[in-house]
Amino acid sequence: MQTIDLSKVGLRETNKMLQAQSAETNQTSWEIVNPRGSHAIACGLNAPIEVTIKGSTGYYCAGMNQQATVNIHGSAGPGTGENIMSGKIVIEGDASQYLGATGQGGLIVVKGNASSRCGISMKGVNIVVQGSIGHMSAFMGQSGNLVVCGDAGDALGDSCYEARFFVRGKVKSLGADCIKKEMREEHITFLRGLLDEAGIDADPSEFTRYGSARKLYNFHVDNAGAY
Amino acid sequence: MNNNDPKGIPQTTPRMSATFTRDVNSDIRRAAATGIYDIRGGGAKRKLPSFDDLLFMGASISRYPLEGYREKCETSVTIGGLHAENPIELDIPITIAGMSFGALSGPAKEALGRGASAAGTSTTTGDGGMTPEERTHSTKLVYQYLPSRYGMNPNDLRKADAIEIVVGQGAKPGGGGMLLGQKISDRVAAMRNLPKGIDQRSACRHPDWTGPDDLEIKILELREITGWKVPIYVKVAGARPYYDTTLAVKAGADAVVLDGMQGGTAATQDVFIEHVGQPTLAIVRPAVQALQDLGMHRKVQLILSGGIRSGADVAKAMALGADAVAIGTAALIALGDNDPKWEAEYNALGTTAGAYDDWHEGKDPAGITTQDPELMARFDPVEGGRRLRNYLKVMTLEAQTIARACGKNHLHNLEPEDLVALTMEAAAMAQVPLAGTNWYPGKPGTTY
Ligand SMILES: Cc1cc2nc3c(=O)[nH]c(=O)nc-3n(C[C@H](O)[C@H](O)[C@H](O)COP(=O)(O)O)c2cc1C
Repeated sequence: MQTIDLSKVGLRETNKMLQAQSAETNQTSWEIVNPRGSHAIACGLNAPIEVTIKGSTGYYCAGMNQQATVNIHGSAGPGTGENIMSGKIVIEGDASQYLGATGQGGLIVVKGNASSRCGISMKGVNIVVQGSIGHMSAFMGQSGNLVVCGDAGDALGDSCYEARFFVRGKVKSLGADCIKKEMREEHITFLRGLLDEAGIDADPSEFTRYGSARKLYNFHVDNAGAY
Repeated sequence: MNNNDPKGIPQTTPRMSATFTRDVNSDIRRAAATGIYDIRGGGAKRKLPSFDDLLFMGASISRYPLEGYREKCETSVTIGGLHAENPIELDIPITIAGMSFGALSGPAKEALGRGASAAGTSTTTGDGGMTPEERTHSTKLVYQYLPSRYGMNPNDLRKADAIEIVVGQGAKPGGGGMLLGQKISDRVAAMRNLPKGIDQRSACRHPDWTGPDDLEIKILELREITGWKVPIYVKVAGARPYYDTTLAVKAGADAVVLDGMQGGTAATQDVFIEHVGQPTLAIVRPAVQALQDLGMHRKVQLILSGGIRSGADVAKAMALGADAVAIGTAALIALGDNDPKWEAEYNALGTTAGAYDDWHEGKDPAGITTQDPELMARFDPVEGGRRLRNYLKVMTLEAQTIARACGKNHLHNLEPEDLVALTMEAAAMAQVPLAGTNWYPGKPGTTY
């Protein structure tokens, strides 16, 4: 295990060390102490390493992650895991707004709650939140899955494309063109797998599925009010 | 009109309204028939105060010219040296603006790369990600970072020679991207992770930041991911150039790309193109002033775009303080867009060569703004690249001709003092004297 004191080593040197790891590295386990809410910690990683950050992080922690597992032992600031490509991010505390924005792959797990615009413009990432999420989540979501064990705020899935949303609790309101959908066997099986992968103990049959009504895909004057 | 009126009363001639013109009436009929606003490509078509309203004075007894073929007039420019380890070095100050793969065909992107590289300048990706065509054929490629983030990935980001964070576009300050179903082919759909054939409207705000304080952190993240190697540009529409330039510089931009309302677009509402934003002529001085007030003029480069067509435009932009320009529409015309040789086909589409702007429909007879394989096949990227290179060379020679006449051994040495304005508007906007006077509106020391 390599330990980096971010307050002493500095952001550039820390990221440089982590980004320099290759697929064959034998230094697979890293710990960052004293993060003190710094921005852009462990962003742009591209190796199968595990980085554990002891404390809370600022904006864009683990941004554009590839392959790596990043654990945040604290809460995470805005845009954590933005554009994640692959790998895994686990947040022990709460996550601020825009969690996993435009994420294209990989998995993000939040043990606490996630704020507004969680999964905004998601393009393939899977996000599992043990608590609740804020308003405008998964706005324009293109693909991937957003799983919420608690409740969802206003305008869930507004203007979404093919992303899917599974919510166990209440949804305050659905956004434009987002509708409730049937939870078929295939969805329960899929959700069970995803919850297992996220390490969260919940019964998939208690969730409701939401997704696009696909009415806004091609312009029709009768739907103009929805724009 | 009727000379045979039995009562002998003279008839008045039919008179068109200046308010309800034929154009306006046809807009109203179109709206009534369809129920949706008009979408089109291109930039503002209305007459605006422009660089045409400025003139260079040239040499005189007190200013002597450079000898045309003997004394050098340099044209090179370095962009992004402030924070980046590898700034972009260009032979000429004319760059190719960001135009998306999706809006343009793969071969058209390739031609832009070929032509720009041969002329020693850069090209820019667009709202749709980086294609191998343009990366292979562009020696200097600027990668756009847009609100939609279509095709955005760290591998391409690290292949770029510079990153351009797009906040706005002159044709639509505050508007997002549009790509209609006809152009969402299998390849475009896969790159953007969208269902095929949908009408795609992409976001106008970035999904994970708002405002200048966030932008500063976003720039930090992009630099951390790319190891502080490449320059980061910020592109803004010509909306509030003084403040936008100031805020971009404070957020840590290496260069500011400023796009006036004549700037082209692939597809936007006509009402947006014609009624939002400021003319290119009006936005240069405030942006330069902002850089000067920060002590950053020539340290953070200003790249101006929106209706740049000739070496004269380049020289005028630079005389007003820009470090370089970018061209979109003009580059497409150089490639062969709107060429009269396709007139019969333009007519069949209800238009004429030069007026064709339905780029969003994907039916471009010249095979440039389309994803239709048959139309695309009409366009030869090697020939297109050669034409673009020629055009860029001519613009450069023209700008050099003017600079030499003004006694300047580098295009960057052109200055506002070399210019006069033909109209009061242009004098006020460019802050250069009205021709024949020593005065412009708002000149310090005057009350008018
Ligand atoms: C076909 C086309 C596609 C464009 N696509 C983009 C784009 O993806 N991103 C962007 O920032 N600007 C885009 N633009 C705007 C150009 O980058 C540039 O601002 C503009 O073309 C400059 O004005 P000009 O066309 O008068 O030279 C596009 C313009 C055209 C003509």
